[in-house]
Amino acid sequence: MSRVLALLLLLLASFAAEAHKPSDSYLRFKFEGAQIVGQWDIALRDLEQAIGLDTNGDGDITWGELRARQPDIAAYALARLKIDADGKNCPLRATGHQVDHHSDGAYEVLRFAADCAAAPAAVEIAYSLFFDFDAQHKGLLNLEYRGRTQSLVFSPEHPKQRFVLSEISALRQFLSYGREGVWHIWIGYDHILFLISLLLPAVLLRERRSWMPVTHFGDAFWDVFKIVTSFTVAHSITLSLAALGVISLPSRLVESAIAASVVLAALNNLIPVVGGRRWVVAFAFGLIHGFGFASVLTELGLPRDALVLALVGFNLGVEGGQLTIVAAFLPLAYLLRESWFYRRVVLFGGSMLIVAIAMIWLAERALNMKLITP
Amino acid sequence: MRCPLLPVFLVFFIFGSAVQAAPYTPPSDDQVLERLPFKASAAEGRELSQLRRALSEQPQNLERALVLARRYFDLASAEGDPRYVGYAEAAIRPWTQAANPPVDILIVRALLRQYRHEFDAALADLAQAADREPGNAEIWSWRSAILMVQADYAGARAACDKLAPLASKLLATSCNAIIDERSGKARQAYTELSKALAQRPDADTDLGLWIQTRLAETAIQLGRDDLAERHFKAGLALGVVDGYILGAYSDFLLDRGRPAEVVPMLKDWERSDILLLRLALAEKAARLPAAAAHIAMLKERFDASALRGDKLHQQEEARFHLYLLGDARGALRLAAENYHLQREPRDARILMEAALAAKEYAAAQPALDWLKGNAYEDPAYAKLAQQLQAGAK
Repeated sequence: MSRVLALLLLLLASFAAEAHKPSDSYLRFKFEGAQIVGQWDIALRDLEQAIGLDTNGDGDITWGELRARQPDIAAYALARLKIDADGKNCPLRATGHQVDHHSDGAYEVLRFAADCAAAPAAVEIAYSLFFDFDAQHKGLLNLEYRGRTQSLVFSPEHPKQRFVLSEISALRQFLSYGREGVWHIWIGYDHILFLISLLLPAVLLRERRSWMPVTHFGDAFWDVFKIVTSFTVAHSITLSLAALGVISLPSRLVESAIAASVVLAALNNLIPVVGGRRWVVAFAFGLIHGFGFASVLTELGLPRDALVLALVGFNLGVEGGQLTIVAAFLPLAYLLRESWFYRRVVLFGGSMLIVAIAMIWLAERALNMKLITP
Repeated sequence: MRCPLLPVFLVFFIFGSAVQAAPYTPPSDDQVLERLPFKASAAEGRELSQLRRALSEQPQNLERALVLARRYFDLASAEGDPRYVGYAEAAIRPWTQAANPPVDILIVRALLRQYRHEFDAALADLAQAADREPGNAEIWSWRSAILMVQADYAGARAACDKLAPLASKLLATSCNAIIDERSGKARQAYTELSKALAQRPDADTDLGLWIQTRLAETAIQLGRDDLAERHFKAGLALGVVDGYILGAYSDFLLDRGRPAEVVPMLKDWERSDILLLRLALAEKAARLPAAAAHIAMLKERFDASALRGDKLHQQEEARFHLYLLGDARGALRLAAENYHLQREPRDARILMEAALAAKEYAAAQPALDWLKGNAYEDPAYAKLAQQLQAGAK
């Protein structure tokens, strides 16, 4: 009966259990052309259980004991990892041994290389380390590919994993930068207000010192098209140059200039200076806005080997976000263009408001103080 | 003046450096890298490797597999090292993968499953075993214990009734006393348990320790701190290494604003997540500088288990978020998820505390229902419930 009792007690003591964590190994793959550079952190406790490290049996594993067993460790572990690239096996070879510590103790750091026939498009990885004696062991793999990482988990139930490098990763990366671009234009009120300021008069014509509605939708569309395109071309140029590190401007200057551009664009609606040539304004100030986008991209971090992809993705995201705004604005403005409301409240009042807001931004940014949150 | 953000900075500083820990080459062959668990008792280690060898010679030998798996399970519980659970599962794998495993294998698998908090799967194994061997006391004692964790007191009592004719009177009394203690009859549980203990002064130390712990926790429920303290001290004086009583006594001291007494008691227990949490809480309350390093260590452990996809310590993780990171919303999310799985008093308490801190009073409803439905007695819990109800209005 004492066994039953002991067990009952043990369960009630269950919260004292789970002191350590179960066994894991940490694998890291880096893809470099036809070669996969690997690092494999394996717990000394597990290696002791598998092949024995404590040669003198004193309960301590020393660096000397570990060092003596390194060839055996490499042979044991690498025999339990299989990498196939596009159906062809990539032979593994150990390239170095070190030590590291994780939250549950000391680990052997086994460095190795897998030599594949060609740069792989898809890899299949079969993992079976320690599964024979530990049903809870897991292999945690981190794949580094084109600056992005992905993790895969191996367990006795899932000893095999497949990973497609080219498509998945490139597409994902592209989409993720695209999303950032859309997001940035939507939350970047200064860019939106600049664009809106230039677009507000697009459904009107300036004749004899007063605003008249355009007669054809095509006229308004053409005007908007010119403005949006020149803004896009301009900010794409400076965004690329700044992101590639060709030009760099102090961010306070850039941010202040952006605020100033909003003030001027809105003022032009109140006291028209440049009439039908607003696309020139869009281009000129678009160059400044490009530097603003670039600072976001720098914060996100650009992948070294997929720079162009990320840049194009981000830029297209910005354009997509911009076009959504235009698509919402233009039909509405066209419908309202003949009303008193549009000319007095939207164009005049709206522009006044934009000037006021942008003036505050300008003051904030130029003088480095906090008045309102943009 | 104290800077409220200082601990946060320290955590980032220390954790940041922990993350950047890079592989290195030790300077000397004599450098000790790892201390194996059997350092203190080499004989135990040798015995274990003999058992392993015996099984590897005949991997299909049921008796050898059961002996080794049971041994590993005992070690997992005593040392708090889940690696042994994986070893035990691998030892019985030839039978668990086949159809209709033997009763003994079912029982061992149930123990291993409950260890990993797979309570429903463990109960299913026990039910299957009970169908074939209803006179096996171990099945009923485990069933009762698992249902207790799930707060199914009626089911647990039914299992105790099945156990009573198969076990000693002391065990039967104990089985029922835990249920009484949690369902509105704490005074009766206290009386019966102390009477039973007095009648059996020869009971072994493990049982003595367990009963002292139960008496202490029941005394807390009854609002008798003096009695609780006496039972905790009597339990600790038995000299058995036991994480449960250390954790329970630490909680008692922390609740009473006596963190300085917790620190020396737990200073050598860093390897246990559960006790490390209490140590860090005590150090923070006592404003000791060691708190920052221990908070960073806990963060690292919770991150490591998240990487694996494990959710074994959510109760502790919730307390960690609430009291050491000041993240009430994160704590509430963890406590609520934990409460789906485990419904012991401590699980209810952290749910109520997190809901209160996050001002999301409705989230604590399952804990309030449990408290009211079972007439659970404890002044601290009653106060929490009152605050929650006041907040909700």
